[in-house]
Amino acid sequence: MVENTAHINARNLNLWFETKQVLHNVNFPVYDKKITALIGPSGCGKSTLLRCFNRMNDLIPNCHIEGKITLYDQNIYNSKVDITEIRTKVGMVFQQPNPFPKSIFNNVAFGLQLRRMKKSRINEIVEDSLKSVWIWDEVKDRLHHSAFSLSGGQQQRLCIARALANDPDIILLDEPTSALDPQSTAKIEELCLALKDKVTILIVTHNIAQAGRISDYTGFMYLGEMLEFAKTKTLFTVPKDKRAEAYLTGVFG
Amino acid sequence: MKINIRKLSELTGINLLRFFIVFTAVFLISFLYIIFSRGVEVISWEFITKGPIDSMTAGGIYPAIVGTFWLTILSITFALPLGIFTAIYLVSYAKPYWFVRMVRIAVNTLAGIPSIIYGLFGMTIFVQILHMGVSLLAGSLTLGILALPVIINASEEAFRQVPKSFRDASIALGATERQSIMRVILPAALPNILTGTVISIGRVAGETAPILFTAATFYSHNLPSSVMDEVMALPYHIYALMTEGAHPAKQLPIAYGTSLVLLALVLIVSAIAIIIRYKIRKNRKW
Ligand SMILES: Nc1ncnc2c1ncn2[C@@H]1O[C@H](COP(=O)(O)OP(=O)(O)O)[C@@H](O)[C@H]1O
Ligand SMILES: [Mg+2]
Repeated sequence: MVENTAHINARNLNLWFETKQVLHNVNFPVYDKKITALIGPSGCGKSTLLRCFNRMNDLIPNCHIEGKITLYDQNIYNSKVDITEIRTKVGMVFQQPNPFPKSIFNNVAFGLQLRRMKKSRINEIVEDSLKSVWIWDEVKDRLHHSAFSLSGGQQQRLCIARALANDPDIILLDEPTSALDPQSTAKIEELCLALKDKVTILIVTHNIAQAGRISDYTGFMYLGEMLEFAKTKTLFTVPKDKRAEAYLTGVFG
Repeated sequence: MKINIRKLSELTGINLLRFFIVFTAVFLISFLYIIFSRGVEVISWEFITKGPIDSMTAGGIYPAIVGTFWLTILSITFALPLGIFTAIYLVSYAKPYWFVRMVRIAVNTLAGIPSIIYGLFGMTIFVQILHMGVSLLAGSLTLGILALPVIINASEEAFRQVPKSFRDASIALGATERQSIMRVILPAALPNILTGTVISIGRVAGETAPILFTAATFYSHNLPSSVMDEVMALPYHIYALMTEGAHPAKQLPIAYGTSLVLLALVLIVSAIAIIIRYKIRKNRKW
């Protein structure tokens, strides 16, 4: 099998909240146009690590980060980068669907309106984005209805569309299905598989089976360390790390 | 015996509570009844569309209604943006530093100051130092400062009720902090801010003391033609009817009529606020 290229890498990443170190020297690649899953027991730092990729941790006072995350040879923690530009290239979808209290259209158009894009172009992109999350047919006649009129699963797909509208290099998903019913979950998983031709995906999941179903690579985290990172198939069949094996077989969760 | 004492005190407590509730209700009803029964006899179409005549012993209160209308509108126009931006400032700091704490203390202190002192302050600053004279403008600014703490507190509360996840979503899409506030947080908070503001209108419209030295005149033949004119106002008109003029007996019913109009206006505005808030709460899904 050909090796894949990774234009996004975490290098020697350490993170502290106040004096408490939450991430310990994390290194791993995020391969282009693949799905990479982060798994591990709750509280091990998966969300925190994910939020390093779009610098969301910057919003938390007393959060201190050392190390690098590179995005096409650019270290996003370089003091010269424009953080808002980074955040358009690195989209994020949260655990709870969090559409704005605006219309369906304005939710998807939000990032584009920020950049004062032309109206006609916005209309095209909104349509494309909604189509790419398979929700266009359901909402095309009520684009100007409130986003809250959608079901939870639809709202989450709307949030994915909203991130995709910015044309990101990568989207980060933090347990995107944990608030959803099994049917909506299946739909989102299917969607991830379809989207990976267009965009790189880094997903945190508490659901081991989900990581097994959709991811190409998996990182196992434990107490803030990346104990093992490998092709999902390899990790799930022959884990090197004892604790990864124990976690995968359900000894602890 | 112990249990009986406890039962007894519980019983006394409940009955005392009932007594106070009944007392309050009786008080409120007789209050409304007196104002209404004594005021209603002078109410007529003329009364709310004509000015006073025969040195306040006849005619209507139209100029006072207009004056109160403009005082209220202008004071809110001035206080609302200032209040909103102060509130944004107060909530924007996750860890308040000394200046934010100072502003907050100032706001709370301002809320507790007697309104006559606002009047004195307004007279000194606006009427005298800034040479506005006794005018609609000076009165509106004074009333605006009076409304400011209410609007700031309502706005701050409204901002705190907006889920943090909206801001996260906005930031994650590449919005700056300022863009997130202007495009997401403020629109989401605005309905509640406006309800708070409408409630403060009741206070502003009914105040006498702040406009006593800054805006009000007890008799004016013409409606205000600019913000630099003196104005009549409903609460001040009641005060004037009761303390000035040569025919107290003829003026008293007019004072009740004016009270009824003022009360009705304030109640209508409050009712609108309650309805708006109810509708918003019902439609809100977060
Ligand atoms: N804002 C914060 N301030 C302080 N500690 C935090 C903060 N957010 C997370 N933590 C801590 O960091 C650790 C990792 O949390 P998190 O990344 O949310 O774990 P996971 O997503 O794997 O469940 C936890 O111990 C948590 O208590
Ligand atoms: Mg988490």
